[in-house]
Amino acid sequence: MASLDRVKVLVLGDSGVGKSSLVHLLCQNQVLGNPSWTVGCSVDVRVHDYKEGTPEEKTYYIELWDVGGSVGSASSVKSTRAVFYNSVNGIILVHDLTNKKSSQNLYRWSLEALNRDLVPTGVLVTNGDYDREQFADNQIPLLVIGTKLDQIHENKRHEVLTRTAFLAEDFNAEEINLDCTNPRYLAAGSSNAVKLSHREEILFKRW
Amino acid sequence: MSFLIDSSIMITSQILFFGFGWLFFMRQLFKDYEVRQYVVQVIFSVTFAFSCTMFELIIFEILGVLNSSSRYFHWKMNLCVILLILVFMVPFYIGYFIVSNIRLLHKQRLLFSCLLWLTFMYFFWKLGDPFPILSPKHGILSIEQLISRVGVIGVTLMALLSGFGAVNCPYTYMSYFLRNVTDTDILALERRLLQTMDMIISKKKRMAMTRRTMFQKGEVHNRPSGFWGMIKSVTTSAPGSENLTLIQQEVDALEELSRQLFLETADLYATKERIEYSKTFKGKYFNFLGYFFSIYCVWKIFMATINIVFDRVGKTDPVTRGIEITVNYLGIQFDVKFWSQHISFILVGIIIVTSIRGLLITLTKFFYAISSSKSSNVIVLLLAQIMGMYFVSSVLLIRMSMPLEYRTIITEVLGELQFNFYHRWFDVIFLVSALSSILFLYLAHKQAPEKHMAP
Repeated sequence: MASLDRVKVLVLGDSGVGKSSLVHLLCQNQVLGNPSWTVGCSVDVRVHDYKEGTPEEKTYYIELWDVGGSVGSASSVKSTRAVFYNSVNGIILVHDLTNKKSSQNLYRWSLEALNRDLVPTGVLVTNGDYDREQFADNQIPLLVIGTKLDQIHENKRHEVLTRTAFLAEDFNAEEINLDCTNPRYLAAGSSNAVKLSHREEILFKRW
Repeated sequence: MSFLIDSSIMITSQILFFGFGWLFFMRQLFKDYEVRQYVVQVIFSVTFAFSCTMFELIIFEILGVLNSSSRYFHWKMNLCVILLILVFMVPFYIGYFIVSNIRLLHKQRLLFSCLLWLTFMYFFWKLGDPFPILSPKHGILSIEQLISRVGVIGVTLMALLSGFGAVNCPYTYMSYFLRNVTDTDILALERRLLQTMDMIISKKKRMAMTRRTMFQKGEVHNRPSGFWGMIKSVTTSAPGSENLTLIQQEVDALEELSRQLFLETADLYATKERIEYSKTFKGKYFNFLGYFFSIYCVWKIFMATINIVFDRVGKTDPVTRGIEITVNYLGIQFDVKFWSQHISFILVGIIIVTSIRGLLITLTKFFYAISSSKSSNVIVLLLAQIMGMYFVSSVLLIRMSMPLEYRTIITEVLGELQFNFYHRWFDVIFLVSALSSILFLYLAHKQAPEKHMAP
């Protein structure tokens, strides 16, 4: 158990998209029974076997930092949140498939988190515009997760999924769409679990 | 013919107000959410439009615009529509959306929302009993009955908001109350916060490892479910699971601590920003205004107490009193009628605009603070209800600020309401609200510096 090696992954997204449920599902393989508002930041830990099956196999802990709040919070809350953005190894962006605004806000979330290292005074100087080039040389691996898949009607699924595919492309990230109340989506062997472990391996390679 | 012209003017202005309400809803309230039920937006904009039309009719009354009979007709119609919305439509939709959120009752939504609406109507009716607001000559479903009850609720709301606002306004404006916050304080708190997070993480790592070894050894740590499960867990409990519950308790306590630290840090950042703001020109200007408002607040509390103690309701409005004073004591002669009309127009206009603006700002803040993606529809409808009741009771109370000749239309349309009761009720609730806000702010202010001194 390496105590000095820390792998820190931020889980960002608007209020109410299901970050706490997602983190609970990822770390405890159980559905969160009574989700409530996240004040500040809640952390959970996921055990990962790096290079499983090879002689170099090592067990790591991935810390998932679930930061609560909205992009439109007061600047005092944003400054307080900024303390969590230090030395981040990966970011999971969560949006709600039933709410378009939450996916649009992901751009602002990623800017808030990624600009933290550039401006040490903690004051955010973004003009809110999204620039793909900023993400081109971004070293931090991103993963986009869409939640509440079960609440989308069958007919609309196709257009929603194409829209989210564009979103993931913008971020140069992998994407997963699921429903946090159903553990089946992340069950071992499912395509989502494969994507997840693939991302985790990238995380370790870069770190 | 003139009736048609007047009606078309009224309808145009109503459409304008409707558009404004629609824009406000989209740009301000529902900034971060997606509007899926357009019914909600329509209801909100309609309530806003009809409430503003009432104020517009008052202004027309003072200025003498439009034919007086068409004004009277529009008053009556407007009032009927607003009451219909506030008593029938909005409560029904609130019930409907509340029921839609509950998964169990999804199938029989309409039935349960009708039941909820009937319960609301029952309590709404009972509200009128303890208050001496009506003379008993009116029938059950007349305008006066409904307006009297809506008025009571609205006046209570107005007085609560005014009382709190009157006290909170100088408290936030004046820099005398600002605590001294340095950067080192903030850094120290942030360090504590990160240390707490680290402690939580190390404990969770232990828990995850324990759970993993237990899982590999074949013991499954499940919550004991059911009666027999609980009895079994008393006698046979694996040492691993005991450890887990202990650590879980420690983690819960640490998480609570981290939340507290987060909120305190945010508070310190906010105070630091306010200190920096108070050094600018705008800040100094607001500081000065704060002193002015605190005097005004004290005066209002004093007047409210006098009104209640001496059972006095002002007979003349401020405009006529002001004119009387200038004419009698200062000896300045001018055309009373002309000036009273214009001054009361300006005064009433200012009161209306500031109360609309203040209410919309308060509603927006409130909405941001408590809404989530599930409950946003219900909360917006509740806000529309509050807004409608607030505006209706503003009309009741504004009557006091207008000279006698302009009060007639309100008295005519609203029938024989006991207007004096409403003023007395406003004074009482204002006093209660202001005094409890002072107490509340005093306690909050006292408690804060002690929190930071704790190690």
